[in-house]
Amino acid sequence: MIELKHLEKKFHIGDQVVHALDDVSLRIEQGEYIAVMGPSGSGKSTLMNILGLLDRANSGDYLLDGINASALGEAERTRLRSDKIGFVFQSYHLVPRLTARENVELPMMLSGIPVKQRKKAVDDVLDKLNLMDRAHHSPNQLSGGQRQRVAIGRAIVMKPSILLADEPTGNLDSKSGEEVTKLLESLNDEGITLMIVTHDPTLGARARRQLNMLDGRIV
Amino acid sequence: MNWVDAGRWVISSVFSHRFRSLLTALGMAVGIASVTLLTAIGEGVQHYVLDSFSQFGARIIAINPGLKETHGSGGLLSTVRPLTLRDAQALKQLAGVEKVVPVVQGSGTVEFNHRQRNGVILGVGPDMSEAWNFKVAQGRFFSGDLEDARPTAVLGYTMKKELFGETSPLGQYIRVGGQRFRVIGTIEEKGQMLGMDLDDTIYIPAQNGLQMFNRESLMEINVVFSANTSLQHLEKSIMQLMIDRHGREDVTLTTQNDMLESMDKILSILKLSVGALGSISLLVGAVGILAIMTTTVKERTAEVGLLRALGADKKTVLHLFLGEAIVLALMGGALGLLLLFMLTGVLHMALPGLPVTFNVFFLGLALFVSALIGLIAGVFPAGQAANLDPIKALHEE
Ligand SMILES: Nc1ncnc2c1ncn2[C@@H]1O[C@H](COP(=O)(O)OP(=O)(O)OP(=O)(O)O)[C@@H](O)[C@H]1O
Ligand SMILES: [Mg+2]
Repeated sequence: MIELKHLEKKFHIGDQVVHALDDVSLRIEQGEYIAVMGPSGSGKSTLMNILGLLDRANSGDYLLDGINASALGEAERTRLRSDKIGFVFQSYHLVPRLTARENVELPMMLSGIPVKQRKKAVDDVLDKLNLMDRAHHSPNQLSGGQRQRVAIGRAIVMKPSILLADEPTGNLDSKSGEEVTKLLESLNDEGITLMIVTHDPTLGARARRQLNMLDGRIV
Repeated sequence: MNWVDAGRWVISSVFSHRFRSLLTALGMAVGIASVTLLTAIGEGVQHYVLDSFSQFGARIIAINPGLKETHGSGGLLSTVRPLTLRDAQALKQLAGVEKVVPVVQGSGTVEFNHRQRNGVILGVGPDMSEAWNFKVAQGRFFSGDLEDARPTAVLGYTMKKELFGETSPLGQYIRVGGQRFRVIGTIEEKGQMLGMDLDDTIYIPAQNGLQMFNRESLMEINVVFSANTSLQHLEKSIMQLMIDRHGREDVTLTTQNDMLESMDKILSILKLSVGALGSISLLVGAVGILAIMTTTVKERTAEVGLLRALGADKKTVLHLFLGEAIVLALMGGALGLLLLFMLTGVLHMALPGLPVTFNVFFLGLALFVSALIGLIAGVFPAGQAANLDPIKALHEE
């Protein structure tokens, strides 16, 4: 469960102050499916970065599964991030010199999980995502949809409680986009909290809950 | 992240740009090869010089008139008593002393049958041949008492060749410094030492030498002592004897150790400066690594953002990039050693006489230094990578 209380985030560009998040309060239950929408510059990515512990708010509180993340130091936030949060990016961010399998394995490797344990978890994920026959391909041998599936596999291999996807279908054709969305929804059906930033209203309408942002506020 | 995974990550990163990595490593290799080769040549020369020095034998003490401190101060010099053949005679009686060689040196003309040659004239005693390990090639060396004055001479290799060619000089009469001497032997070829031709020499009895150069004092007395005598003990008894005979301490003792030590010091400095010269090329290699690592960090900015998002902390990022720099440098070091072996092979064929020695310590040191250079060259770019803002980094393409 996530709770945001009066989050403020300001950026200073020269003398100018951009209010990227303006008094944002929000409560998200475990297993929710939320679409974040709004015009460009309204603060969607800023919100996702703070939820993903990549950034800190200037003020306000962020409680993640009962832990006050605003009060934690960098090392603890890093650990919490790898335990509880999975990221899916618009441009996949796969490591080009690793195979699909190694890309999926990467978060477990970074967390120092033993090889044996890793193998089982990665096998499960590849199996679930129908990527077994692509396991030893490198990213540039995969289609956009397959790449995003590998990236999703990487996001869930650590069994996070929340999946943050900032325009996950932005680089995909409609057919692959639909496949990826279906995959994310099926993961949500299994209990993971899913938050998708999207500009596509029909995609947004599929979520059970919509957050509309404007000038750093939820409207 | 455990060591094995980190290592595999680093290696796969380095090998993802084979050509570029190879070129960078090559820059490093040239540096390592030249430093190691130059140091090895320096080391070889050092060994060579020290070896040729110790051919005189290790258990030797040189006695010179005058104290070290008073060298050059004319006022005190007058109180120095001459070092005489009698002193040499007395030294020979000391317990533990095996051989005594009085030495007086000058130069002059040696003539035989209208042939002339200028060379070193050494007045020595009968023990010289064995004490200095100058073996007799033909005839014999002086015999009898070290105070004997007989007009007999022994020729060094060059002197003999120049005056007599292939004919035997034994029993022939020659003129040394205008006086008539009979040749009784020749010395085998000794070669050069520090640019001095040891063979362009003629040996005459010390007594004749003193007369010829009109000197009262010997220039030096060499004492060879037996293996079971302690150097310190003998130094003490020699000094006591000289004080008894001269009434005061007015001679300087120099042991082979002293000589080797000061020689070693000079050569070490030489070796170091040659090595330092070579390390300029190492600097070039280091700059190459710095440049390539900076490029790598730029290219992989988004990847750094990803690693951070996936749970890598700053330290892990730092270590991974440092690791890359070190692996590049180590590859350079290993290539450098390979290059070195090939160069030495060529050198041995071209200049078989050039003394080049390697020891495992040096080779290990070369690799260690490479790694260290990689570490130093990698600190700045790796630090840059570690301090990237993950959000901004993720947006780089
Ligand atoms: N690092 C930053 N430095 C300065 N200003 C920033 C920074 N990040 C975001 N902003 C500003 O904060 C505001 C919100 O940006 P954000 O990226 O959250 O918008 P967004 O809703 O994700 O837009 P888009 O739909 O274009 O992705 C914008 O005005 C943006 O210019
Ligand atoms: Mg955005």
